[in-house]
Amino acid sequence: MVSHQGDSGSLDRLFHALADTTRRDILRRCVHGDLSVSQLAAAYPMSFAAVQKHVTVLERAGLVSKRRHGREQLVLTEPEAVARARQALDDLDTLWRGRVARMSGLLAQEPQHPRTNPGTHEHRPKEGPER
Amino acid sequence: MSVTSVDKDFDSLTLTLIADFAAPVERVWELWADPRRLERWWGPPTYPATVEDHDLTAGGEVTYVMTGPEGDRHRGWWRVTSVAPPTSLEFTDGFADPDGTPSTTMPTTTVSVRLTAHGEGTRMEIRSAFDTREQMDQLVTMGMEEGLKLAVGQMDDLLTG
Repeated sequence: MVSHQGDSGSLDRLFHALADTTRRDILRRCVHGDLSVSQLAAAYPMSFAAVQKHVTVLERAGLVSKRRHGREQLVLTEPEAVARARQALDDLDTLWRGRVARMSGLLAQEPQHPRTNPGTHEHRPKEGPER
Repeated sequence: MSVTSVDKDFDSLTLTLIADFAAPVERVWELWADPRRLERWWGPPTYPATVEDHDLTAGGEVTYVMTGPEGDRHRGWWRVTSVAPPTSLEFTDGFADPDGTPSTTMPTTTVSVRLTAHGEGTRMEIRSAFDTREQMDQLVTMGMEEGLKLAVGQMDDLLTG
Protein backbone atom coordinates (compact mmCIF):
# COMPACT_ATOMS: atom_id res chain seq x y z
CA MET A 1 0.00 0.00 0.00
CA VAL A 2 3.04 2.26 -0.06
CA SER A 3 2.13 3.43 -3.52
CA HIS A 4 -1.13 4.95 -2.28
CA GLN A 5 0.48 7.43 0.03
CA GLY A 6 0.70 10.46 -2.23
CA ASP A 7 -2.97 10.60 -2.85
CA SER A 8 -4.57 9.14 0.20
CA GLY A 9 -7.23 11.63 1.26
CA SER A 10 -8.89 11.70 -2.13
CA LEU A 11 -8.61 7.94 -2.50
CA ASP A 12 -10.47 7.62 0.76
CA ARG A 13 -13.26 9.90 -0.55
CA LEU A 14 -13.30 7.86 -3.73
CA PHE A 15 -13.90 4.61 -1.83
CA HIS A 16 -16.56 6.19 0.32
CA ALA A 17 -18.36 7.41 -2.80
CA LEU A 18 -18.12 3.99 -4.42
CA ALA A 19 -19.29 2.06 -1.39
CA ASP A 20 -22.97 2.49 -2.19
CA THR A 21 -25.11 0.59 -4.68
CA THR A 22 -27.14 3.60 -5.81
CA ARG A 23 -24.04 5.70 -6.39
CA ARG A 24 -22.39 2.95 -8.43
CA ASP A 25 -25.58 2.67 -10.45
CA ILE A 26 -25.58 6.43 -11.05
CA LEU A 27 -22.01 6.11 -12.38
CA ARG A 28 -23.12 3.44 -14.85
CA ARG A 29 -26.07 5.49 -16.05
CA CYS A 30 -24.08 8.69 -16.51
CA VAL A 31 -21.24 7.49 -18.75
CA HIS A 32 -22.81 9.29 -21.72
CA GLY A 33 -23.49 12.45 -19.76
CA ASP A 34 -26.97 12.95 -21.17
CA LEU A 35 -29.06 12.58 -17.98
CA SER A 36 -30.11 15.41 -15.73
CA VAL A 37 -30.41 15.10 -11.95
CA SER A 38 -34.21 15.11 -12.27
CA GLN A 39 -34.14 12.38 -14.94
CA LEU A 40 -31.87 10.35 -12.66
CA ALA A 41 -34.16 10.95 -9.70
CA ALA A 42 -37.09 9.49 -11.65
CA ALA A 43 -35.16 6.21 -11.97
CA TYR A 44 -34.92 5.54 -8.23
CA PRO A 45 -37.54 4.93 -5.56
CA MET A 46 -36.26 7.85 -3.50
CA SER A 47 -36.73 11.58 -3.29
CA PHE A 48 -35.14 14.07 -5.66
CA ALA A 49 -33.20 15.45 -2.67
CA ALA A 50 -31.79 11.99 -1.82
CA VAL A 51 -30.60 11.43 -5.41
CA GLN A 52 -29.17 14.93 -5.51
CA LYS A 53 -27.23 14.16 -2.33
CA HIS A 54 -25.75 11.01 -3.91
CA VAL A 55 -24.71 13.05 -6.96
CA THR A 56 -23.03 15.58 -4.64
CA VAL A 57 -21.02 12.82 -2.90
CA LEU A 58 -19.92 11.52 -6.33
CA GLU A 59 -19.06 15.02 -7.45
CA ARG A 60 -16.90 15.68 -4.36
CA ALA A 61 -15.01 12.46 -5.01
CA GLY A 62 -14.39 13.61 -8.57
CA LEU A 63 -16.34 10.64 -9.96
CA VAL A 64 -18.89 12.80 -11.80
CA SER A 65 -19.03 16.36 -13.07
CA LYS A 66 -22.09 18.46 -13.76
CA ARG A 67 -22.61 20.75 -16.69
CA ARG A 68 -25.39 23.17 -17.34
CA HIS A 69 -27.63 22.43 -20.32
CA GLY A 70 -30.41 25.01 -20.59
CA ARG A 71 -32.31 24.85 -17.32
CA GLU A 72 -30.98 21.40 -16.47
CA GLN A 73 -27.79 20.08 -14.87
CA LEU A 74 -26.44 17.08 -16.78
CA VAL A 75 -24.34 14.53 -14.90
CA LEU A 76 -21.26 12.98 -16.51
CA THR A 77 -19.19 10.10 -15.12
CA GLU A 78 -15.46 10.91 -14.96
CA PRO A 79 -13.65 7.84 -16.29
CA GLU A 80 -10.30 8.92 -14.83
CA ALA A 81 -11.54 8.86 -11.26
CA VAL A 82 -13.14 5.45 -11.80
CA ALA A 83 -9.82 4.31 -13.25
CA ARG A 84 -8.02 5.47 -10.09
CA ALA A 85 -10.18 3.18 -7.96
CA ARG A 86 -9.34 0.38 -10.38
CA GLN A 87 -5.69 1.30 -10.01
CA ALA A 88 -5.97 0.90 -6.25
CA LEU A 89 -7.21 -2.67 -6.72
CA ASP A 90 -4.46 -3.32 -9.24
CA ASP A 91 -1.90 -2.04 -6.72
CA LEU A 92 -3.35 -4.38 -4.12
CA ASP A 93 -3.05 -7.21 -6.63
CA THR A 94 0.62 -6.42 -7.28
CA LEU A 95 1.27 -6.13 -3.54
CA TRP A 96 -0.20 -9.55 -2.73
CA ARG A 97 1.45 -11.28 -5.69
CA GLY A 98 4.79 -10.00 -4.37
CA ARG A 99 3.97 -11.28 -0.90
CA VAL A 100 2.96 -14.70 -2.18
CA ALA A 101 6.21 -14.93 -4.17
CA ARG A 102 8.23 -14.07 -1.04
CA MET A 103 6.25 -16.59 1.03
CA SER A 104 7.01 -19.29 -1.56
CA GLY A 105 10.67 -18.33 -1.45
CA LEU A 106 10.80 -18.62 2.34
CA LEU A 107 9.05 -22.00 2.32
CA ALA A 108 11.55 -23.27 -0.25
CA GLN A 109 14.49 -21.96 1.82
CA GLU A 110 13.60 -23.86 4.98
CA PRO A 111 12.26 -27.29 3.99
CA GLN A 112 12.48 -28.73 7.52
CA HIS A 113 10.62 -26.70 10.09
CA PRO A 114 11.56 -27.59 13.70
CA ARG A 115 8.36 -26.18 15.25
CA THR A 116 5.96 -28.25 13.17
CA ASN A 117 4.10 -30.83 15.20
CA PRO A 118 2.82 -33.53 12.84
CA GLY A 119 1.01 -35.31 15.67
CA THR A 120 -1.83 -32.76 15.73
CA HIS A 121 -2.87 -33.36 12.13
CA GLU A 122 -3.12 -37.07 11.45
CA HIS A 123 -4.87 -36.59 8.11
CA ARG A 124 -1.77 -35.02 6.64
CA PRO A 125 0.81 -37.31 5.04
CA LYS A 126 3.83 -37.74 7.32
CA GLU A 127 6.38 -37.44 4.52
CA GLY A 128 7.50 -34.01 3.30
CA PRO A 129 5.96 -32.14 0.39
CA GLU A 130 6.98 -32.92 -3.18
CA ARG A 131 8.48 -30.46 -5.69
CA MET B 1 4.25 -19.02 -9.83
CA SER B 2 2.12 -20.22 -6.97
CA VAL B 3 -0.73 -17.74 -7.52
CA THR B 4 -3.62 -19.80 -8.93
CA SER B 5 -6.27 -17.13 -9.44
CA VAL B 6 -6.97 -13.47 -8.79
CA ASP B 7 -10.40 -11.89 -8.83
CA LYS B 8 -11.03 -8.16 -8.56
CA ASP B 9 -14.53 -7.11 -7.59
CA PHE B 10 -14.87 -3.47 -8.43
CA ASP B 11 -18.28 -3.12 -6.77
CA SER B 12 -17.19 -4.37 -3.37
CA LEU B 13 -13.58 -3.14 -3.82
CA THR B 14 -12.35 -6.61 -2.97
CA LEU B 15 -9.38 -8.57 -4.23
CA THR B 16 -9.56 -12.36 -3.87
CA LEU B 17 -6.34 -14.21 -4.47
CA ILE B 18 -5.76 -17.96 -4.33
CA ALA B 19 -2.24 -19.35 -4.03
CA ASP B 20 -0.92 -22.89 -3.68
CA PHE B 21 2.19 -23.72 -1.68
CA ALA B 22 4.18 -26.95 -1.65
CA ALA B 23 4.25 -27.03 2.16
CA PRO B 24 1.87 -28.23 4.85
CA VAL B 25 -0.70 -25.88 6.41
CA GLU B 26 1.26 -25.53 9.67
CA ARG B 27 4.32 -24.22 7.89
CA VAL B 28 2.35 -21.67 5.87
CA TRP B 29 0.62 -20.62 9.09
CA GLU B 30 4.02 -20.07 10.72
CA LEU B 31 4.75 -17.42 8.07
CA TRP B 32 1.89 -15.42 9.63
CA ALA B 33 2.23 -16.49 13.24
CA ASP B 34 5.97 -16.06 13.69
CA PRO B 35 6.86 -12.34 13.64
CA ARG B 36 10.43 -13.05 12.46
CA ARG B 37 9.06 -14.94 9.45
CA LEU B 38 6.27 -12.42 8.84
CA GLU B 39 8.71 -9.54 8.49
CA ARG B 40 10.60 -11.42 5.80
CA TRP B 41 7.68 -11.34 3.37
CA TRP B 42 5.17 -8.64 4.46
CA GLY B 43 7.02 -5.61 3.13
CA PRO B 44 8.44 -5.37 -0.38
CA PRO B 45 12.24 -5.79 -0.53
CA THR B 46 12.63 -2.01 -0.86
CA TYR B 47 10.46 -1.46 2.25
CA PRO B 48 11.42 -4.24 4.66
CA ALA B 49 9.18 -4.52 7.71
CA THR B 50 10.19 -4.79 11.34
CA VAL B 51 7.39 -6.28 13.43
CA GLU B 52 7.10 -4.78 16.92
CA ASP B 53 3.90 -6.07 18.60
CA HIS B 54 2.52 -9.36 17.39
CA ASP B 55 -0.60 -10.59 19.17
CA LEU B 56 -2.61 -12.95 16.97
CA THR B 57 -5.68 -13.15 19.20
CA ALA B 58 -9.12 -11.62 18.62
CA GLY B 59 -8.79 -7.95 19.53
CA GLY B 60 -5.02 -8.23 19.47
CA GLU B 61 -2.66 -6.08 17.47
CA VAL B 62 0.28 -6.44 15.18
CA THR B 63 2.37 -3.32 14.64
CA TYR B 64 5.22 -2.88 12.23
CA VAL B 65 7.54 -0.31 10.71
CA MET B 66 8.60 -0.39 7.09
CA THR B 67 11.83 1.37 6.23
CA GLY B 68 12.21 2.75 2.72
CA PRO B 69 15.32 3.25 0.58
CA GLU B 70 15.69 6.87 1.77
CA GLY B 71 15.44 5.84 5.41
CA ASP B 72 11.77 6.90 5.37
CA ARG B 73 9.72 5.01 7.93
CA HIS B 74 6.09 3.97 7.53
CA ARG B 75 4.19 2.56 10.48
CA GLY B 76 1.41 0.05 9.99
CA TRP B 77 -0.89 -2.02 12.15
CA TRP B 78 -3.29 -4.92 12.09
CA ARG B 79 -6.24 -5.23 14.39
CA VAL B 80 -7.09 -8.90 14.61
CA THR B 81 -10.83 -9.61 14.44
CA SER B 82 -10.75 -13.40 14.43
CA VAL B 83 -8.17 -16.13 14.45
CA ALA B 84 -8.30 -19.94 14.36
CA PRO B 85 -4.80 -21.42 14.12
CA PRO B 86 -3.57 -22.85 11.85
CA THR B 87 -6.26 -22.24 9.25
CA SER B 88 -7.84 -18.79 9.46
CA LEU B 89 -7.09 -15.21 10.33
CA GLU B 90 -8.98 -11.99 9.80
CA PHE B 91 -7.72 -8.51 10.50
CA THR B 92 -7.98 -4.86 9.57
CA ASP B 93 -4.79 -3.55 8.02
CA GLY B 94 -3.96 0.13 8.18
CA PHE B 95 -1.27 2.75 8.35
CA ALA B 96 -0.35 4.88 11.33
CA ASP B 97 1.20 8.28 11.96
CA PRO B 98 4.84 8.31 13.14
CA ASP B 99 3.66 8.22 16.79
CA GLY B 100 1.58 5.10 16.15
CA THR B 101 -1.84 6.79 15.98
CA PRO B 102 -3.95 5.15 13.24
CA SER B 103 -3.95 7.35 10.15
CA THR B 104 -7.27 9.05 9.46
CA THR B 105 -6.50 9.73 5.80
CA MET B 106 -5.16 6.38 4.59
CA PRO B 107 -7.69 3.79 3.50
CA THR B 108 -7.76 0.59 5.54
CA THR B 109 -8.34 -2.88 4.19
CA THR B 110 -9.97 -5.90 5.79
CA VAL B 111 -7.92 -9.00 5.12
CA SER B 112 -9.12 -12.55 5.59
CA VAL B 113 -6.81 -15.52 5.23
CA ARG B 114 -7.92 -19.15 4.85
CA LEU B 115 -5.47 -22.03 4.73
CA THR B 116 -6.64 -25.48 3.65
CA ALA B 117 -4.77 -28.70 2.93
CA HIS B 118 -4.66 -29.13 -0.83
CA GLY B 119 -3.08 -32.35 -2.08
CA GLU B 120 0.23 -32.51 -0.24
CA GLY B 121 0.46 -28.76 0.00
CA THR B 122 -1.61 -25.80 1.12
CA ARG B 123 -4.12 -23.59 -0.59
CA MET B 124 -4.20 -20.02 0.72
CA GLU B 125 -7.16 -17.81 -0.02
CA ILE B 126 -6.70 -14.10 0.68
CA ARG B 127 -9.58 -11.66 0.53
CA SER B 128 -8.55 -8.06 0.83
CA ALA B 129 -11.29 -5.41 0.79
CA PHE B 130 -10.96 -1.66 1.02
CA ASP B 131 -13.01 -0.30 3.92
CA THR B 132 -15.10 2.81 3.69
CA ARG B 133 -14.49 6.06 5.43
CA GLU B 134 -17.33 5.37 7.89
CA GLN B 135 -15.80 2.07 8.99
CA MET B 136 -12.50 3.81 9.34
CA ASP B 137 -13.83 6.58 11.59
CA GLN B 138 -15.54 3.97 13.71
CA LEU B 139 -12.32 2.05 14.05
CA VAL B 140 -10.38 5.11 15.16
CA THR B 141 -12.92 6.33 17.71
CA MET B 142 -13.85 3.04 19.34
CA GLY B 143 -11.52 0.44 18.01
CA MET B 144 -7.90 0.74 18.88
CA GLU B 145 -8.19 1.43 22.60
CA GLU B 146 -10.86 -1.23 23.05
CA GLY B 147 -8.69 -3.68 21.16
CA LEU B 148 -5.73 -2.98 23.41
CA LYS B 149 -7.80 -3.34 26.58
CA LEU B 150 -9.23 -6.61 25.33
CA ALA B 151 -5.76 -7.92 24.58
CA VAL B 152 -4.54 -6.96 28.05
CA GLY B 153 -7.63 -8.61 29.58
CA GLN B 154 -6.90 -11.82 27.74
CA MET B 155 -3.31 -11.73 28.92
CA ASP B 156 -4.51 -11.40 32.52
CA ASP B 157 -6.75 -14.42 32.04
CA LEU B 158 -3.79 -16.42 30.79
CA LEU B 159 -1.61 -15.42 33.72
CA THR B 160 -4.23 -16.18 36.37
CA GLY B 161 -5.70 -19.24 34.65
